[in-house]
Order: sequence, then structure tokens, then C-alpha cells
Amino acid sequence: MRRFELVLPESVEDCVKALAQGGAEAKLLAGGTDLLPQMKNGLLKPARVIDLSGIARLRAIEPGNGAGIRIGSAVTARMLELDRAVRAHYLSLAESGALVGSVQVRNLATLGGNLCNAAPSADMAPPLLALDAEAVITGPKGERRVPIAAFFTGVRRTVLAPEELLVELAVPNPGPRSGGNYLRHTPRRELDIAVVGVASQLSLANGVCTKARIALAAVAPVPLRATAAEQALEGQAVTPDRIARAADLAVDAARPIGDQRGSADFRRHLVRVLTRRTLTTALARASA
Amino acid sequence: MAKHLLSCTVNDEPVEVLVQPWETLLDALRERIGLTGPKEGCGTGDCGACTVHFDGKPIASCLLLAMQARGHNVRTIEGLGRPGALHPLQDAFVRHGVPQCGFCIPGVLMAAAALLTENPRPTQEEIRYGIAGNLCRCTGYTKMLAAITEAAGATAGRRS
Repeated sequence: MRRFELVLPESVEDCVKALAQGGAEAKLLAGGTDLLPQMKNGLLKPARVIDLSGIARLRAIEPGNGAGIRIGSAVTARMLELDRAVRAHYLSLAESGALVGSVQVRNLATLGGNLCNAAPSADMAPPLLALDAEAVITGPKGERRVPIAAFFTGVRRTVLAPEELLVELAVPNPGPRSGGNYLRHTPRRELDIAVVGVASQLSLANGVCTKARIALAAVAPVPLRATAAEQALEGQAVTPDRIARAADLAVDAARPIGDQRGSADFRRHLVRVLTRRTLTTALARASA
Repeated sequence: MAKHLLSCTVNDEPVEVLVQPWETLLDALRERIGLTGPKEGCGTGDCGACTVHFDGKPIASCLLLAMQARGHNVRTIEGLGRPGALHPLQDAFVRHGVPQCGFCIPGVLMAAAALLTENPRPTQEEIRYGIAGNLCRCTGYTKMLAAITEAAGATAGRRS
């Protein structure tokens, strides 16, 4: 690995100061599962590395304002997978954590890393989109909140300025009559990258869908919501026919490319199948 | 660029050692602390040969900077069992003749040990999932499964 200066802040404030002194030449290090391989093969050559592992706030999962939850950006995939509160109310997010890498990688890889790397296939993005999460970002000018749907600006690009830090994700509680599910397709069961990922979240009242969210990964430069499909479900009783109709509409929202992992047509097919399956599971969980 | 002082616990012993900022935990364990059980296979977190326990959890030590271990507990294969007092997994691996070339074995044992701590009676499926992050290029997985299954019975029995 190319030599670099290592900064070890112990608070968010210290980290922001370190970023202010040359954020453009610095890289933030959380789990290292994406950053270190890119530094080892010479793709990235930061002059400074700022390690986030000493900042306790970033590793916390805590009750948020109202009934929601705040999940620190350095919370690991494994923590998401196992955390009781996350499993109880935000199961699709726990499911996305469980799908990343091997257990050795999941104990390192972080939520913030998955989002800030901004790969179109990031597994944790669709559940957060479907849960209406907000990114809490801190920088020299103070704190700002960005809906996760507006966080991604392109392949490997986000709204984060070089001197800014993703602190946590604020996720509202979807309520007791709500259910979610995340599924992805990979050729191998383990240690693979999503060809397509879909998260769905359904909230019910008196047998009618009050809120539907469907979010897609790896079918566009950024993770996106299938809003027409959502609208087709809201205000309706969710039946197999309406789920099939929503799955068709979700395909229209996808703008996939063909690459070594799958052709554009195959990806559209996967959107239809995974949307149908996640909506069906979300409905069952919301009704349970 | 100055070296950093790394203070952590390795195999239950306090350790203080000077490391370079760009040194990985795996490098520090092997080159500075003399623990060559963890191996570098791929260096990118795909093969699992460098698996150690970090505060009890299995991690790829090739993906952690040494200084990220400051204040933490690290356990390597050298701290899993001793000659004459092998961990039940090590004992089962010996009796089943699991190691072929042996390169992956320390990592597999650490992954399996972490699995059994968390889940003392795993199913075959759970064992496969638990060692999914460990590649054996001799492809000796069948005996691994048999040995881990047997050791799981032994460790679960020991607990109760």
C-alpha cells in the first residue's frame, strides 16, 4: 500500500476538523472492505486516511426522534443483521445486512461505507429508500439532512462534499401494521454482488394499503423508487393481481444496462420477479 | 511519517508494538508479533485465510489497519488451543485428517470457532454458511463439514 498519514479522531467534531484541513486529499476509513482493496491495488492513493473506528457515536444504534431509529454510519452489516430493534421494525434493512459478503466481511463492512461508495448495486440502499430514511450529514457548516432518495447523484457519487461526513441514518418507524422485505439475485449464494435488488415496504389499515414503497438497485446509475408502482397499490386492497400490476410498473421504472452480470432484459425480468416476491412477503409481514 | 504505538490484547496478553500507518493487522501480527498462523491469501477479504477474532467476532485481518485494533481484543489460531489442550475443533480436524496443504486451515478453524460460540448446534446448512468466507483450494470441504459437525456435538455437550 502507498504510504499515507493516519488520523485517529475520537469524536465527530475532531473528524470534521481533520476533514477541514484537506478533505480533498483524505479518505474516510470505516470498515475498509472497499477502501483497502482499492488502496492495495493502487486505484486510490490518499495522502491522509481518517479512521472512523474510534468514534463511538458512529457505531451506535439508538432510538431516534419520535418512534424512529438512528443508525450510526459505522454500524456494521453484521450489527444490522443481528440487532433486535432493526429486526423488529426494519427487517428489510437487517436482510440487506445479512447478504453482504462473508461473516468476516460483514463484521467489518459498514452501512455508511455501503452508501458512500454509492455502487448502483449497494444492498443497503433499497431498504433505506423504502423506509423513507434520511442521511444526517455533518461538515464545517454544521449538520444537514438529506432524504436518502436524494443522497445518490451518480455511479460512485453522492451529495457529500469532500469536507463532509455521513454521521447516521434517521429512519422513521413504519408502524406496527407495516412489513418489508429485501431480496436480490446473485448467481452465487454467498460473496456476490446483486444483479438486481428490490426492497418493498407496505403499510396497511383496515385491509387497505396506506403506504407502499418499492426501491430498486442495480437497474440505474443510482438506486431508485418505482413510484408509479407504489401509487398503483396505495388506497387499494393488496391482491395478487395488483401485486402483479405493480411488478409490471416497477419494470417501467428500471433503466438497466447489460453487463457481465446480466443483460438489460434479464435485469427487467428480475425486477418483475423480485418486486412480486418482496411485495408478497411484505404483505404477509404487515398482516401478521 | 511517524510510526504509531499500537496497544491491544492478543491471545489474552497485552501487546505494545510500533506500526506504520499503512500496516494491516495481519502484517503486524505476522511481522511484528511473530504470529504466523493467520495467512495472507488474497489480501482483499475474499479468501478468509487471514481470519482472526476481533472482540470475539471473526474478521478478515487483511482489511483492518493495525491501528484500528487499538484497545481491542485479538485472538489468532495460536490462542485457540495449545498442544495438549487442543480446541475441540482442532482435535476433530486432526482426527478427520482435514488439512491437505493446510494454508486455509487457521482461517477455517477461527471461522468455525466463532460459529460454534454463537450457535453451538448448527445445522449442516448453517455450517456451510459459517465457513462460506473461507476458500480451500485443495477443496477439502467435505471433511471440514464432518469435523465441524462432530466438534459441534462435543462443544455443545461440554456446555450443558
